[in-house]
Amino acid sequence: MSNAPSRAATVEFRHVTKRYDERAKGNPAAVNDLSIEVPAGRICVLVGPSGCGKTTSLKMVNRLIEPTSGQIVIDGVDASTREVTELRRGIGYVIQQVGLFPHQTIGQNVATVPRLLGWPKARQRERAEELLATVGLEPARYRDRYPSQLSGGERQRVGVARALAADPPIMLMDEPFGAVDPIVRERLQNEFLRLQEELAKTILFVTHDIDEAIKMGDLVAVMQVGGTLAQFGTPAEILASPASEFVARFVGADRGLKRLSLSRVRDLPLQPLITARPGEDCALARQRALADPFPYLLLVDDRSRPIGWIRDADIPATGTLTEALAVPMSPLLNRRTTLKDALSMLLDADVQAGIVVDRAGAVVGLVTVDMIADRMRDTAGENRFGPLEPDAQEDDAAPTGEGPDGPVDTLAPPEPVEA
Amino acid sequence: MGPDQGRLTMELIGEVVAWFTDPANWTGTNGVPNRLLEHLRLSGASMLVATLIALPAGLAIGHSGRGGLLAVAVANLGRAVPSYALLLVFLPFFGLGDAAAFPALVLLAIPPILVNAYTGLRGVDRDLVEAGRGMGMTELQLLLRVELPAAAPVVVAGLRLAAVAVVATATLAALVAGGGLGRYIADGFGLRREDRLIAGAILVALLALVVERAFTFAERRTLLPGDQRRPSTADLAPPPLQSGLR
Repeated sequence: MSNAPSRAATVEFRHVTKRYDERAKGNPAAVNDLSIEVPAGRICVLVGPSGCGKTTSLKMVNRLIEPTSGQIVIDGVDASTREVTELRRGIGYVIQQVGLFPHQTIGQNVATVPRLLGWPKARQRERAEELLATVGLEPARYRDRYPSQLSGGERQRVGVARALAADPPIMLMDEPFGAVDPIVRERLQNEFLRLQEELAKTILFVTHDIDEAIKMGDLVAVMQVGGTLAQFGTPAEILASPASEFVARFVGADRGLKRLSLSRVRDLPLQPLITARPGEDCALARQRALADPFPYLLLVDDRSRPIGWIRDADIPATGTLTEALAVPMSPLLNRRTTLKDALSMLLDADVQAGIVVDRAGAVVGLVTVDMIADRMRDTAGENRFGPLEPDAQEDDAAPTGEGPDGPVDTLAPPEPVEA
Repeated sequence: MGPDQGRLTMELIGEVVAWFTDPANWTGTNGVPNRLLEHLRLSGASMLVATLIALPAGLAIGHSGRGGLLAVAVANLGRAVPSYALLLVFLPFFGLGDAAAFPALVLLAIPPILVNAYTGLRGVDRDLVEAGRGMGMTELQLLLRVELPAAAPVVVAGLRLAAVAVVATATLAALVAGGGLGRYIADGFGLRREDRLIAGAILVALLALVVERAFTFAERRTLLPGDQRRPSTADLAPPPLQSGLR
């Protein structure tokens, strides 16, 4: 089996319930009738407040915890029918505290499962080195060190490498990036997402952080105390139309903004703009600029890279355009910038429009605060659970009586550009 | 301490030095090498049997987490009953000599080994155990590859405490006509030969120190490269199981 090519597996929870004290009648369930299906190759994030049963659900997949009733079906096979150690060796497992064996070198730690599977020594070593490189740790530097000699972020990477060692089709990750600082966490998240693009494992990922859930998940299962599933869907679905007030409150009052982090500049129809090059005739340029409603002309170099803005009204009647006429530019965005970041950059620079450039730095269009605001309005969804009751607010950040459109209006004053 | 007393002390020291330098005390049945060998044989046999009983039991209890109360009860019992009393209890059953001392020493050695094995394993980071189990280790693999290496300093400390206690207490064997270094003390006492008595006490103390150092060295060997733990943490395992002679 160790030579089997990696392929993802589907993981299905079928009416899974877990009660810790089975003798007590009517005792609260840790997990209550959970039914979800995670398609092969997807990341499903289980998210919820502490005590919602998300970790219990995860541990039932590799049978560290046995369900009280219901089945967990992996690629059509009931997990409870499989030999437990064999089942676990085929499922990668990463926990928050990593749990690296302190008396073993990093190389030995990574090769744990291959060793259990009885791979030849040379192949264990080879695989460990390959995986260290995969997670961005120079094998020659790290192989022979001990866990205590590594930083928290490095240990997390080793934890991921160890879980991947036998190329399991499924990975279980229990708050894998919870114990590192926010900067390292963000980097690990990004690296992991990039890695997942190649690996395409089926991943169950537990977190209590809704932002992490939205970022990491192809699918998100929001759970609530009592172990019930509050909502299961894509991050966009959950943000756009929370299924209950609990979900709405859990994803937060700023879910419109969070929704923006799911869209990128490339998802917007960019606004065209008038460009001109230094040396062009002023009269002609002015004529073209005035024909366009946008009150600015963008001066670009001979490779279409932006130089600066010239207000239509400031274009001289005669002569040629010069760089001296141009004023500093608004922020440069690219197509991959998330709308949340784009909005943040525009607000930081106190401007209404950002220039979108391609990889070579050439201008492709404009993104305005209005466009982003429109997008936010479109995606605000039905808002069945939109404005929260005042007493439901965790803090007083959002004033009452203001719908999701409220903040948007303040971002889009009637004034046009003010670059 | 008057001047008279001081003179007597100096005299005694001279006599003890003379005892050690007398070649007659280094040969034959009653010579130091033979008594030392007897002492080590009795201590070693007691330790071996105690380890064979207590170590697997302690590891099993520590791994499963079941029977912890039993371990504590055994330890407390071991601490409460003086070895000297045990010796006399066993006398009618095993007769005079090392045979009566042997079971008393085994019982003396069991509690520290058992308790340290148990607490050592319980002290292993639960995340390590969970990670190991989650990756598909069998329970035996978990114990041998994860828990025991991680708990080794504490487990070895238990062996050290037991060994030192046994070496010191094996002296009592002489009281029931056994061999070992205790002979010098018992005989010195009976014959009012203070030089012999003190020489015996010195030998026992030295042996205990050597054993203690040897195990401390072994404990250090079980620490990991870059390990933050110090050997002294091993002594955090349950309170004083140190004393031998009571």
